[in-house]
This record gives sequence, structure tokens and C-alpha cells, in this order.
Amino acid sequence: MLMKIPNITITVALSVHAGAALAQASAADRIPDTMEARVQACTGCHGAQGRGVENVYFPRLAGKPAGYLYNQLVAFRDGRRKYVPMNYLLAYLPDPYLMRMAEHFASLNPPPLVQPVVSRPAQQLAEGQRIVTQGLPGKKVPACVTCHGAELGGREPGIPGLLGLRADYVSAQLGAWRFGVRTALAPDCMQFIASSLSETEVAAVSSYLSSLPVTASRPLRQPGMRLPIACGSQPQKQEASR
Amino acid sequence: MNISRKALPTVLLAMLAGAAWMAPSLAQDKAQAKAAAQPRQQSVVERGKYLAQAGDCIACHTVPGSKIFSGNRPMPTPFGTLYAPNITPDRETGIGKWSADDFYNMMHTGRSPKGYLLYPAMPFASYTKVTRADSDAIFAYLRSVPAVRLQTREHELRFPYNNRALLLGWRTLYFKEGEYQPEPSKSVEWNRGAYLVQGLGHCAMCHTPINALGGSSQERAFQGGLIPMQNWYAPSLTSNREAGLGDWALQDIVDLLQKGVSNRGTVYGPMAEVTFNSLQFMSDEDVRAMAVYLKALPADQGPASDPAEAPARADVNQAYSEGRRIYAARCASCHGAEGRGKLPHYPPLARNQSIGMSSAVNPIRMVLNGGYPPGTRRNPMPYGMPPFAQDLNDNEVAAVVTFIRTAWGNRGAPVNAREVNQLRSATVE
Repeated sequence: MLMKIPNITITVALSVHAGAALAQASAADRIPDTMEARVQACTGCHGAQGRGVENVYFPRLAGKPAGYLYNQLVAFRDGRRKYVPMNYLLAYLPDPYLMRMAEHFASLNPPPLVQPVVSRPAQQLAEGQRIVTQGLPGKKVPACVTCHGAELGGREPGIPGLLGLRADYVSAQLGAWRFGVRTALAPDCMQFIASSLSETEVAAVSSYLSSLPVTASRPLRQPGMRLPIACGSQPQKQEASR
Repeated sequence: MNISRKALPTVLLAMLAGAAWMAPSLAQDKAQAKAAAQPRQQSVVERGKYLAQAGDCIACHTVPGSKIFSGNRPMPTPFGTLYAPNITPDRETGIGKWSADDFYNMMHTGRSPKGYLLYPAMPFASYTKVTRADSDAIFAYLRSVPAVRLQTREHELRFPYNNRALLLGWRTLYFKEGEYQPEPSKSVEWNRGAYLVQGLGHCAMCHTPINALGGSSQERAFQGGLIPMQNWYAPSLTSNREAGLGDWALQDIVDLLQKGVSNRGTVYGPMAEVTFNSLQFMSDEDVRAMAVYLKALPADQGPASDPAEAPARADVNQAYSEGRRIYAARCASCHGAEGRGKLPHYPPLARNQSIGMSSAVNPIRMVLNGGYPPGTRRNPMPYGMPPFAQDLNDNEVAAVVTFIRTAWGNRGAPVNAREVNQLRSATVE
């Protein structure tokens, strides 16, 4: 009688163990029910947690205002912002899901990618700084900092931060606005601004912005703040009534 | 069965509509009429909306983000670019002056009220099968949407295709006018499925091979084919075991069509559009009927080339081992070491006909461009496959596609870097 007890224990222990192994196997086959797993199609190019990557043209997504990211996702899906790989990926995704994606990346704040310093002519940087901080009053172009924030960390809900973007990317975006490849909700304020800048001015702004260190600045929340020009992606009335 | 309360009246009326044109099978009709005795009265307009979704009118007649049915969406074809017309009720630029007779005649004969012949980009060869009652309901729905004044652009067709008289020849070869005739020897469900697949669903437009004249021949119905200009390959829908739906469970076909993901595969590209705009809104009964019909399609001869005869050349062996290495590093975490996937969101690659079929276009494009299945009522937040075009060069893509096309019992032919390169520069739609 006594001899049998350990045997039973062993049997029980073995079956528990086997059960655990089975559970583990099925856990490995299970797909995590998370946004992180769902957006693997994004992080392949934009980096883990939307941190950004070496490639100049795959910008950081993390920490940008959700409203801005959502507007971009919708614009890519509907072809208002043209970049074929993004247009294709998002073509059949519904608005609520795009909002979830936007909120997901907006909520993340991984450490910024350290980027190689590119040396630029001092005169170009000075001109860039002047446009970014003072605008071009003669052309009615407001200073970037008026809308994008004194620290250039962006503004809720629809205005992105401008830090951590490479010069080639900024310049390509301004060019895209100018030529209608990138459009935002009407009135498209950035279309007006981009087409008001000369090529030299675009180069200066791009160089200066990319020369700035990435700080911890986050999008500003100042409901009711009046923008110097009307922007469809930052509706004024709605914001004031919130 | 998950029939939402909202969908139920639609379902029942759809069944009733089915019953109306299927007089021969009386016993089943009676059962349906009984089931449909109580439903809330559904308006003709609501039924028309459902049928317009079944016909996927929106896909061509609405530019994404624009007003519904205001037209002008460009459709690139090998013959030039066509612009789908404005079909809102605007009297000047839409179909506001049309009568229900005009609309039925257009659907049924492919002729506009003004008498000219429609280009077959409008699937009238399929829509001719639509019943008068369904055509009237669709017309009533189209009359109910907001009128948009927007002139439709002229087609940009190359000579000689810009001559509509040539369509007479095309019609002789590829157009057979006539409403769907029920097959009395088959079930009500099969007939409903046949009506939807052959008619409003216009599945043959992509899944029957298109020849140089832009026609699809009846003899090769649903055998699959390369979709011109879109560079996607529409797989065979026949019962062929290598390439068709013959060994699929009915529920897997239903899921693929309606949900966009299934245990056997996922819809991407042009088929994602069909699920997104059309099939996800169809009732469980109707999708099931389509699946029943599709599963019963007779087997064809299969793809012309036999992949198993592909020579085991040294370069192929090298590509295979290189591909195995890339697969383990980049793909296996989702699709599994044995290519079984994680169902239903990470599709299986082993014994997946879309991977092994004669054309390698789809697997190459998936590796290059990745993809999201459509976000649907049954799968509102799909999982996406990352693109690898930016990470892998042509040789590496060719290697990993060669590996997945030949591993785990798959019998696809190897692919080379040139095929990859052609698709890398192809328009992604």
C-alpha cells in the first residue's frame, strides 16, 4: 500500500507537467490581442514602437498627436497624401481602426534615435532659424513655432512636432505640399506656406530643423488658441467648444 | 449562426426575393415564406442598397473620400483609362433622367439609354443575370442618394479601342444576354449562390482568365487568371485540389469572403476591396449560398505547368537554402517554422494554394509590399503583414519566395530575381 503512494504522486506530477507543456505550446500559437501585434506592418519600417529608423524617409511616429497621425492615416488611405506603399497598406481599413492605430503610436514615447550630425553652412542655419522663429512677414508666412510650439513639440490635436526629422524628409514634405502630392484637410494651410517658400528657404528650414537636438517636449494642449491662418486639420471652432 | 438583429430582416427578404424567382422548388419556398412571415417591412430602397453592395457598385463609381457614386474613378486597362460615370440622381451629369426601364436595359443589355454600347469594364455580362425586381430595387436606391453635379471625364482609350463600334465584335464573342435561370436539379441555396456569384458578384471578371481581347471565355470559367494592370493573380475557384476550393471547409470559404481572414488564407489586394466594400455587408445566408455554389464548381484541369517538374538545379538549391535562412529570421515568428501560421490572423503558407499556384505574383507581392486584410464587421482590427521591399533585395525576395513555394509539401515553381524586380517597379494598387 505504502509503496504505491509515490507512484501516484509521480503520475500526477507528470500529467501536470505535460499539461503545462501543452498550454505553453498553444500560447506560442496564440496571437497576442494587442495593438502592438496588429501594427507590426508599421514597425517594420518606422521602427519598434514607432521610434524611427536610420532611413530618412520613415519618420518617427511615437508621441505625435493622435489627431495628426489619424489625419495622415486617412489621407494615405484615401490618396490625399500620395505614397504608394502607404496608400496600398491602408486602403481597406475603417476609420475607427485608424484612430486606434493613431492613439497607439501617440501614447508611446521610446527614447529618440540618435542621429548622425550633419554639418551645414552657418548662414543657411541662421536663415532657417529666422524663418522658424520669426516667419517671413513679407510673404505672410507665420513662424513655425507659432503653431508647432515654441519647443517644436507639436500641438494637440492636429499639429505634429518637428524635432527628429531629417532635412531630406522635411524638404520632401514641403515639396510634396507644393506640388499637391501631399494634401491636408481644407483649408490646407501648409499648402499655402510650402508654396510661398523659395527653394533656398525650404533648404534653410529643413537644415535648421534637422540640426536641433531631440528633446522631451510633448505636444502642447492649449484649447482655444487661435492660429495665424486657418488650418483644416486644426479646426478652431470645435476646439474652442470642447 | 450570428445574425444580428439588424441584418435579420435583410436576410429574410433576400431569401424571399430568392423564393420569388425560384418557383420550381415549392416545398423549400414554402418553408422560407413561413420563416419570413413576420419580418419588419423592408423598403425597396433598403433592399436596393443591399443589392448595390452585393454588386460592389461603389468600387468603381466612387473615388475614395468623395461623395458616393459621383463617379470619375479612373480604371486603368490594357486599352487605356476608363472613368466610371456619375450615377447619382443629378439630372445633368448623373442618371437623374433615367427610368427604371432604362436602368434595367443598361444592366441587361449593356446599352445606355442613348443607345451607345458600354465598355465591358461595366460588368454587364454578369449583371445581365440580375432579375428585373432586383434591378428596380437597385435603381430605387441609386435614386435615393444625394445628387452630385459632376461631369464625368471622357475615357482615354487608345486607337482603335476608342471606337465603340468594335464592341459589337466583343459582344458577339463574350456576351450572352439573359437573366439567371434557376437549375431545378440543384438546391435553393446553390441557386441563390449561383445567382449572386454569376450576377451581381461579377466574380468572373477576375477569376476567369482574361484573353488579349479583354474577354473571359465561358469554357474556362473561374479557373483563375492574372488581373490586367493590377498585377495580382486571381486564383481558381474551381474544385481543383491544387488550386481551387475543393478541399476547403464551407465555413472557411464563408470566413474568407465575409470576414477577410480564414483558417486557409486571407484576402489581400483587389479581393480585399471586394470584401471591404461588398461581401462583409452580405447576410450570412447569402455568403453561405455563394460558398456552397463555389465549392460545388467542377474541377478544372489545373494550371498548365506542373511545378513538380521544375528541375532541381544547383542555383535553385542555393536559393532554397538562402530562402530557408531568411524565412527563419524574418517570417517564422508569425508563420511558424512549419509554415502553419497562427490562425486565422497569420495565414498558413504550407498547402496554401495562393502560394503554390503557377503564377508567383501574389507571394512575391506579399513579401515586397506586405498588406492588411480589410477591416470588416467580423474582423474590425486586422493584423498586418510588414512590407520587406525596403529590407530585402531582389535575390533575397526570390530566395524566400522560392523556399515557401517549395517547402512543406508546396509544389510551386522557383522564382528568380527578375520576376521580383518586375513587381517591385509595378504599380501597387
